[in-house]
Amino acid sequence: MLEPLDRAIINRLQGEFPLCEEPYAQVAEELGTSEAELIARLQRLLDDKILSRFGPMYHAERLGGGLTLAALAVPEERFEAVAAQVNAFAEVAHNYQRDHHLNMWFVLATETPQRINEVIGEIERLTGLTVFNMPKEQEFYIGLRFDA
Amino acid sequence: MDMRTRHYTPQPAATPVAAPITLGAADLALIEAIQRGLPLVSRPYAAVAARLGCGEEEVIRRIAALQQAGIIKRLGVVVRHRELGYGANAMVVWDVPDEEVAELGRCLSGFEFVTLCYRRPRRLPQWPYNLFCMIHGRDREAVMEKFRLMIESCGLETIPKAVLFSRRRFKQRGALYRPSAVAPATRADPIVEGSC
Repeated sequence: MLEPLDRAIINRLQGEFPLCEEPYAQVAEELGTSEAELIARLQRLLDDKILSRFGPMYHAERLGGGLTLAALAVPEERFEAVAAQVNAFAEVAHNYQRDHHLNMWFVLATETPQRINEVIGEIERLTGLTVFNMPKEQEFYIGLRFDA
Repeated sequence: MDMRTRHYTPQPAATPVAAPITLGAADLALIEAIQRGLPLVSRPYAAVAARLGCGEEEVIRRIAALQQAGIIKRLGVVVRHRELGYGANAMVVWDVPDEEVAELGRCLSGFEFVTLCYRRPRRLPQWPYNLFCMIHGRDREAVMEKFRLMIESCGLETIPKAVLFSRRRFKQRGALYRPSAVAPATRADPIVEGSC
């Protein structure tokens, strides 16, 4: 279970991390703890997989990469097999089973925009299923933030 | 001078643009060096600098510039929402008349529980929806309550809509980039001058 200090750390570090020589010390001071304690707790939250990462979130398109959301309608009895085929691609950033006729939803992040179509083509060939490609057309800004 | 108080406060990211931004080789090396995470040591930027063979101050300056350019959207933790007790996540989708997307997108993205809100293309006839929001909640009932609040507040009673709860997460690793693959032609002019 998360302790109050863990929650405070997660909430604080969803915002901006300081750009100074000793940023952990600065955040620790804000939270009323020590630098060593903050670093140890961050390490544990990462080890326990409460956090998937601590670092930069890049803007894929500005880096010259491709990014899209895609969906498949997978027959129930083939779901496991198709999930394994799709997840085997390094370009698949995440993949969720959802309650809908289109029941598999995954995000593709590729080094180049062209690579998106190549991966989609490869997935269609491998699975024999149609990939519904739904790239973002407009983003309404919010910023990802969870109350820990 | 107390070094810890020396801030390099980034400006808010510019309005999103579709075109990639020109990056120098040093920026690309830095982007690659920190993409899996910042070192958990007292002076993380110095540790990154040591790996890249440049100065701590230059690493700090480049990260600030990458933030200003909107290439780094955020520097911080990426949470796994299920592990945080957000047991239910739903993709809530709407079939909104094209001319109303911008207004409704702004309305829906105003809720604190909406974590992403995008316009995406319809794929007719299988997929009629063009506005996508992610909502997270402790459980499905909590998510449905939020869904009803969105409908009421933004006047979406007659708009076709669907709630796609996630049943299972198969993969969540976040995107990894190998920015060295960016076209060489774009590497000529670094956004920050320097030898790093």
